[in-house]
Amino acid sequence: MTNTYINTGSKDTRSGFGAGLEQLGNQNDKVVALCADLTGSLKMEEFRDQHPDRFFQVGIAEANMIGIAAGLTVGGYIPFTGTFANFSTGRVYDQIRQSVAYSGKNVKICASHAGITLGEDGATHQILEDLGLMKMLPGMTVINTCDFNQTKAATIAIAELDGPVYLRFGRPKVPNFTPDNQKFEIGKAVLLTEGTDVTIVATGHLVWEALEAAKTLKEQGISAEVLNIHTIKPLDDDAILSSVVKTGCLVSAEEHNFLGGLGESVARVLALHHPVPQEFVATNDTFGESGTPEQLMEKYGLNAASIEAKAKQVVNRK
Amino acid sequence: MSNTATLQAFTTQVRRDILRMVHRVNSGHPGGSLGCAEFFVVLYQSILKQKLPFQMDGEGEDLFFLSNGHISPVFYSVLARSGYFPVEELNTFRHLNSRLQGHPTTHEGLPGVRIASGSLGQGLSVAIGAALAKKLNGDKHLVYSLHGDGELQEGQNWEALMYASGKKVDNLIATIDYNGQQIDGSTDDVLPMGDLKAKLSAFGWEVVDILKGNDVEAILSGMSEAKSKTGKGKPVAVLLHTVMGNGVDFMMHTHAWHGKAPNDDQLAIGLSQNEVTLGDY
Repeated sequence: MTNTYINTGSKDTRSGFGAGLEQLGNQNDKVVALCADLTGSLKMEEFRDQHPDRFFQVGIAEANMIGIAAGLTVGGYIPFTGTFANFSTGRVYDQIRQSVAYSGKNVKICASHAGITLGEDGATHQILEDLGLMKMLPGMTVINTCDFNQTKAATIAIAELDGPVYLRFGRPKVPNFTPDNQKFEIGKAVLLTEGTDVTIVATGHLVWEALEAAKTLKEQGISAEVLNIHTIKPLDDDAILSSVVKTGCLVSAEEHNFLGGLGESVARVLALHHPVPQEFVATNDTFGESGTPEQLMEKYGLNAASIEAKAKQVVNRK
Repeated sequence: MSNTATLQAFTTQVRRDILRMVHRVNSGHPGGSLGCAEFFVVLYQSILKQKLPFQMDGEGEDLFFLSNGHISPVFYSVLARSGYFPVEELNTFRHLNSRLQGHPTTHEGLPGVRIASGSLGQGLSVAIGAALAKKLNGDKHLVYSLHGDGELQEGQNWEALMYASGKKVDNLIATIDYNGQQIDGSTDDVLPMGDLKAKLSAFGWEVVDILKGNDVEAILSGMSEAKSKTGKGKPVAVLLHTVMGNGVDFMMHTHAWHGKAPNDDQLAIGLSQNEVTLGDY
């Protein structure tokens, strides 16, 4: 187990989705893709160009897109829908609820530009509520990947799961540090660094920030264990519990509202099985705003410095 | 009996089923169900190419999607009497632990149902998706769907209408139950639909009017005409002019029985107007 993860070159997670979808298109002729006028933003051009018969441009009509995807499953296809996270969830919640989740349809809802790091477009396009919306739907698997490699692997993996999936990723270039050509295990947390004083469970873009925080904490004599929780539902309870049994406290970190996010799911696991102090790195019941991703991460307390501060707080509460 | 007489007799029994189902549980939607009884009977007895036992993927057969899921009583009755599940199961309509939920769903595994519906406006998109899958699979069978007229007030329909013509989904026949009624009153009072036929035509659909939507012969010939228009680059819409509550005199021509169950006396009157033909469940 190494404590040092290397950024092999920053890339956007949405490009990981595009790369995964391209590979899937070539290896599984049941995979079809739908997009609501954001093919470039979702990096779906390769799939579109290589498999025009299996690509459906639906225009700016997300509700129709979700319904068409549900219908395609009836004929045995595995539809991947692509648009921004906001338009993938809140805008079409009832379509997902009735035509996909309740109907048990094998639709993969793939959502880019999630969270606040969408940046300058501001709060109309950012969404900090989508994990909560999706995890509340019975039968929905919810995944938030941390880098290019993991997003590519997750995209490929979810085609093998028979059931609805929400796959969340983002716009900015972020460090790419997980292994190339990794196997993605849905529902299995990844232990990134071992530690004894505090557990940090992080998802999405906050995973790298958690690793950075762990490095700084180590210099200050605090040993942090970092878990990459790429699957928020079903949650890997065992991985979280075996870590907190050792460390006795936890920080959850996510680019999402604390209401409805990863932290709340983790808090339930702790409350039921092993109550220990927890601190939350998340937005505090607020909308986002315009700004660069870095500025927004700092203003809303979603970076390594924030995780470090919360880790110290929670260690003191033990 | 002639084919027409057989279908009429079948319809009479379906009307009895609808009334008895809704009465037994004192809830459900008899008005729209009765209005579409002839359509469902003709569809399942004469038009759809079906394969039993039920397979979800519907390969090699015609598919039907019900978008206005609240008329589940007529759907359930016709499915049961077409061999999808035991007719006795109609007894469980809207009861606890039943496969016959208030609105149709795949969730309990009821044969014949391929999508949940009830929250309105979603079925046309689903039918389009299934039609696209048929094209990808090289399956020449058709996809049929049914929608309420009031349901067209939901915006998603217009996204779907635009898509189907724009992308030449021509293996689809979407029927609209054109009864002019919805929960709060007539569609003209609640939110006028305007010239629906002109709107559908302007959206690039072929439109077939079935002016006598409660006449089995008119439905047979209208649906045959609709079928003849498929495969020519345009989706096909059928405006099925029906009378809500048809076949039970005090339920006809009013929205009052949209979602209300008859009491014991009203049931007796309704049943007296519809004699047993195939046998009650």
